[in-house]
Amino acid sequence: MLSCGGGSGSCSKDMAVELGDEPHVLAVDDNLIDRKLVERLLKNSSCKVTTAENALRALDYLGLGNDTLEGTVSEVNMIITDYCMPGMTGYELLKKIKESSVLKEVPVVIMSSENIPTRISQCLEEGAKMFMLKPLKQSDVKQLKWHLMKCRN
Amino acid sequence: MDLVQLQRQFGFLDEQFTQLQELQDENNPDFVVEVVSLFFEDSERLLNELARALEQQNIDYKRIDAHVHQLKGSSSSIGAQRVQKVCVAFRNYCEEQNVEGCLKCLQQVRHEYSLVKTKLESLFQLEQQILTAGGSIPME
Repeated sequence: MLSCGGGSGSCSKDMAVELGDEPHVLAVDDNLIDRKLVERLLKNSSCKVTTAENALRALDYLGLGNDTLEGTVSEVNMIITDYCMPGMTGYELLKKIKESSVLKEVPVVIMSSENIPTRISQCLEEGAKMFMLKPLKQSDVKQLKWHLMKCRN
Repeated sequence: MDLVQLQRQFGFLDEQFTQLQELQDENNPDFVVEVVSLFFEDSERLLNELARALEQQNIDYKRIDAHVHQLKGSSSSIGAQRVQKVCVAFRNYCEEQNVEGCLKCLQQVRHEYSLVKTKLESLFQLEQQILTAGGSIPME
């Protein structure tokens, strides 16, 4: 639910959502089990969750894809994506999001099962908010949500 | 007697499995069974794909590696660490394009998978028995 400041016409996404509202997270992962797990973890942290099985579907959902249908673009407050995915990687997805004037402020978190320092710094340099190692735990997601709420205020 | 503790002792399931159990509550009473069922379906599909891929004249190691990567990920996410460990070795053989090594790993991963599947199935059966008898399952 967005609320606009009084007076002038424009709404700021960052100021809009009040504490207690459920942030909407888009979770992208090609692994079915991991999708189910991240969805449960996020829902347990009171987030509304949409999942996508690859980067292209995610881009479509975000309104940046070739197949985006008119009127179906939803607001997301955070994107969490796996790094290793067939076709477009999570890193490439991150770049596309940061290149978009509409979406570049949305925090992006990268997950990976591999602890590769160069990969981590590459993602952070490209603007990822956080890099998390899989398998994710509840404590990881709680920490994530805390950061997300902090950034919003 | 805690079956999960026992499994952990033998290394079949690691603390990630406990994480899954902690995600289950009154609102999501079947979460663990659902995830584990998905794991069974997905793993069986991958194992069949791997067998098929290794039978080919010209082996596509990239494709095999992609499948093993998936299996490694899923097994890690549910805590099936012995399956995961074999996947690590499997990927190394893929990189070396070593067909003998790959075939050996496929056999091993099939074996570890069927072991953990049996463990998980008996775990669920036991829980079901307890619930049917009117008891409750204590969560750690």
